[in-house]
Amino acid sequence: MSTTYLPSGLPAPSSAPDGLSQPFWDGTRQRRLMIQKCSGCGAHQWGPEWICHRCHSFDLDWVEVQGSGRIYSYEKPHHPVHQALSGHGPYVIVLVELDGVNVRMLGNLLGDPAQKVEIGATVEAVFEPHDDADPPYTLVQWRRID
Amino acid sequence: MAERTLRGKVAIAGIGETTYYRHGKSPDSEFKLALQAIVRACEDAGISPHDIDGFASYGGDRSDGPRLAAALGIKTLRFSNMFWGGGGGGVCGAVGNAGAAVATGMADCVVAFRSLAQGQYARYGRGAPVASVGGDAAFTAPYGMMSPAQMFAMKVTRFMATNGISDTALRAISLACYHHAQNNPNAVMRGRPLDEAMYDASRWIIEPHFHLYDCCQENDGAAAVIVVPAEQAKDFRTTPAYLLACGQGGDHRSAAPVHNMPDYPGSHFKALAPRMYDMAQLSPAEIDIVQCYENFTGGVLMSLVEHGLVKADEANEVLTPENLKAPGGKMPLNTSGGNLAECYMHGLELVIEAVRQIRGTAINQSARRDTAIVIGGPMVTPVSSLILGSEASL
Repeated sequence: MSTTYLPSGLPAPSSAPDGLSQPFWDGTRQRRLMIQKCSGCGAHQWGPEWICHRCHSFDLDWVEVQGSGRIYSYEKPHHPVHQALSGHGPYVIVLVELDGVNVRMLGNLLGDPAQKVEIGATVEAVFEPHDDADPPYTLVQWRRID
Repeated sequence: MAERTLRGKVAIAGIGETTYYRHGKSPDSEFKLALQAIVRACEDAGISPHDIDGFASYGGDRSDGPRLAAALGIKTLRFSNMFWGGGGGGVCGAVGNAGAAVATGMADCVVAFRSLAQGQYARYGRGAPVASVGGDAAFTAPYGMMSPAQMFAMKVTRFMATNGISDTALRAISLACYHHAQNNPNAVMRGRPLDEAMYDASRWIIEPHFHLYDCCQENDGAAAVIVVPAEQAKDFRTTPAYLLACGQGGDHRSAAPVHNMPDYPGSHFKALAPRMYDMAQLSPAEIDIVQCYENFTGGVLMSLVEHGLVKADEANEVLTPENLKAPGGKMPLNTSGGNLAECYMHGLELVIEAVRQIRGTAINQSARRDTAIVIGGPMVTPVSSLILGSEASL
């Protein structure tokens, strides 16, 4: 059994219908955080696109980035909007600005949902495998490091 | 070359609404509600539905123009138009598209409308019961971010924190809407007044800024407005409300995936608002009445700031119930109750209320009534806004 922050039954991530985000999900299975980097102008880009919005190159590489950043914003949903969350209670979602690459990623903030969440706090990525899922996948979660 | 503008080229000559219901309570089908609203708008204008020659809507309305045209026996369909995007981002855009069609001679009498029976279809505030999700949702839904409230709360948290805005500003917006609804016979929340203690004690939908009363209802109903050429506007039985300007669209990459829009947080009006004021030849200070779409009160706050109606660093002082209430407030807001307390008619009820204010027939009538701004669907993308004016404003 995998240990996960949220209960099972939530929708699993998929690269369908076009496969655009497949390298990201392949990366998380290997505990690597991959985002796009343009071969034309060298800029990082996230979320995934087919084209670089700066130089319009279609030649976008996937490169590994450091799983560290700062909390840019957060929220703590109380009202369950999905059957899997009924009766679960509040949980924390954070928007994290990654160090050095000017992109943001979203995930849950691990730990007690009652914890005080502070914008600007430093966090690191934690890979959360869902090995029992079919097909298996791995989410990226976040943990305070200060 | 003639100036390219919509200013004063078209007017709203008719307004129509169904009874507004709590979600699931409409005895009529969504398509029948659309027909009822359109027929009532025609009665208001004093025309036959046979005189309509176009339809404009938004939010993926299921009542499509050609089907309406067939059901109503429209003689010739000249304009059939859908504004991209979800929610009420397109409410003013649909009116503007109708106006553009009429102003350019593509059509002569276009209905902008919205029909929505949420009890008969999926609700917005529930995550879809699916095994997997692709696209942008793959990066949000597995983390428990599925509903519009959850998508937008992230923006509001950051905006409130970086600008030092208190929840009392959001509470004032909610209180004003509920206050105005108490006089409105068609308001779903009539008879259910709200006070500060009730707001403060209401349950969290999402901490730290979304109480229950910060969130819109989900409803059943339909609403429609009839857009005609300005030079014919006085041929109808109603007092014309002229379209002074409309703006639609978004900011630079406001649809960037996974919350990576460069201007974050925002409600996506920064680029369109100044251009719209230019078209209207008005400044924010010259707006008499404000109708601002409340999906969530935090979106109202950001929209008012981006339209220059409130400064972010003055929001705590300016956004008070007294300032927002008609008739005496400095900036009467959502004078029929809005999405929070009249009906979540995806903002078309706000356009209709703006018309009533310009006509001078509103239930909570503002003393100043020559110009009214309507702001649609903040935080989605694309968004839209419009400005209506009386004959004196032309």
